[in-house]
Amino acid sequence: MAMKLAAIFFTMILVDNYVLAKFLGICPFLGVSKKLDSAVGMSLAVTFVMVLATAATWPIQIYILNPFGMEYLQTIVFILIIAILVQLLENILKKYIPTLYKSLGVYLPLITTNCTILGVTILNLDNGYNFIESIVCAAGAGIGFLVAMVIFSGVRRRVEEANVPKCFEGLPITLVAAAMTSLSFMGFGGIVEAIFGA
Amino acid sequence: MNPILLAVIIVTVIGVIGAVILVAASILMYVPVDERVEQITGVLAGANCGACGCAGCADYAKSIVEDGAPVNKCTPGGAACAAAIAQIMGVEAGATVAMKAVVGCAGTCEKTSKKYEYAGLSSCQAVKGLYGGDGMCKYGCLGYGDCVAACPFDAIHIVDGVAKVDREKCVGCGACASACPNAVISIVPEHKRKPVVLCQNKDKGADTRKACTAGCIGCMKCAKACPKEAITVENNLAFIDQDKCVGCQLCVKECPVGIIRVPAAE
Repeated sequence: MAMKLAAIFFTMILVDNYVLAKFLGICPFLGVSKKLDSAVGMSLAVTFVMVLATAATWPIQIYILNPFGMEYLQTIVFILIIAILVQLLENILKKYIPTLYKSLGVYLPLITTNCTILGVTILNLDNGYNFIESIVCAAGAGIGFLVAMVIFSGVRRRVEEANVPKCFEGLPITLVAAAMTSLSFMGFGGIVEAIFGA
Repeated sequence: MNPILLAVIIVTVIGVIGAVILVAASILMYVPVDERVEQITGVLAGANCGACGCAGCADYAKSIVEDGAPVNKCTPGGAACAAAIAQIMGVEAGATVAMKAVVGCAGTCEKTSKKYEYAGLSSCQAVKGLYGGDGMCKYGCLGYGDCVAACPFDAIHIVDGVAKVDREKCVGCGACASACPNAVISIVPEHKRKPVVLCQNKDKGADTRKACTAGCIGCMKCAKACPKEAITVENNLAFIDQDKCVGCQLCVKECPVGIIRVPAAE
C-alpha cells in the first residue's frame, strides 16, 4: 500500500507532471513564474486547493453522482464545488489566518478557474483511485506544479538575462524555454516504476 | 424519474447547499473593515514602494487608522496626498520634505578604469563577488544596474558607467539604495542649494587618485572652507551634515576634484 502511494506521489511529480507532461495549467505557469516568490506562493495555494478539492469532489462523485447514473454531470458539478470551496476557503483564511490570506493574496481567487484543479479531480476518478490514493495523487500533482514553477522561474531568469534575437523576444522565447524544460522531464519516464515496482 | 429533471434537481440542490454554506460563512466570519482604510488606500499613490516603512499602500493605510501612524509618510504622493489623508483622518498634515535618491559616485568611464574584463551575469551583486568588482575603485558604483532593476518608477539608469537618478521621476522610496551592494545610493532631503559628496572611497588620497580622478582624497579643504562646520572628513572621505549645511556652496568651489555637487542643480 505504502509503496503504491509513494509510486503515485512521485509519478505525479516527475513523470506525469501536470504542467510539463500533461500541459495543464500553462496560464499560471507562464504568467506567475517571473518571480520566484510569487511562483512559490501560487504553487502552494494550488497544492492546498487541489487536495481540498479532491477531498470534496471524490465523495460527491462516488456517493451522489454515480448512484444516480449522473457521471456526465461531473464537469459542471466539480466546477461548482471548486468555486464554492475556494470562496469558503477565502473567508476562513481571512478570518482565522490573515497572514496566510495576505501572502496568498490574489492567487487564491485565480485558482477558482485553474484547469489543473479540475484536471486532478477528474483524472483521479478516471484512474479509479480510492479516496486515499486520490488525496496522495492531488498532493503529488501540487508538489509537481511547485517543482515546475520553481525550475521554470530559474530558467526564465536566465532567459531574461540572455541576448535574445529580436523576433524571439518576450513570449516566444519563453515558450521555447518551456518546451525545453518539458522535454527534460520526459527523461524521467519509467524511473518511478523502476524504483517502486508499481 | 425523468433523468433530465433529476440532473437539474441534483445540480440545483448542490448549488443551493453551497450558497447556504457561503452565506453562513460570510456572516459568521465577517471581518469588520474600517471604511477609512479603504478611503486612504484610494488616495495613496498606489505604487506599493514601501518608502513609508510598511508592506505596501494598504498596509500603510491600515497602520494610519489603527496605530495612528503619521499621515505624511507617503513620499510618492507628496504633500497633496498627506493633506488628503489628513482630511479623512481629521488631523493636521505636518510638513513633508521631498526625499530623492542620490548616487554618491562620480566615477564615470573617463574618470576611472576597469581592473579586469567581466563577462558574467549582468548584476552588481555578482560582479562584486569577484575581487570586489571589476572597477579600479572598490567603493564606487559598479554600473551593472541592480538599482535600475529595483526601481519601480523607472527613475534610475546607468549613464556612462554610473547610475544616474531621474530627479523628476524619483520619489525617494529607497528601493535602489537597498539594492546597491556597495551602498553608493543614499536618500537625501531634496534641497535646491545643499551639496553632497559624490564619492565613497575610504582609501588614502594617493591610492584613491590611482583608482579614480573623481575620488575624494581627504584633503580637508572643504571642511576648512565650511563656515558652519557641517563637513567632517573621516576615513579619508568628506561627509556633509545636511542638517547643519546652509547651502552657501563654498565647499563646492573649494573641492580640487570637483565631486562636491548639488544634485538638484544637475
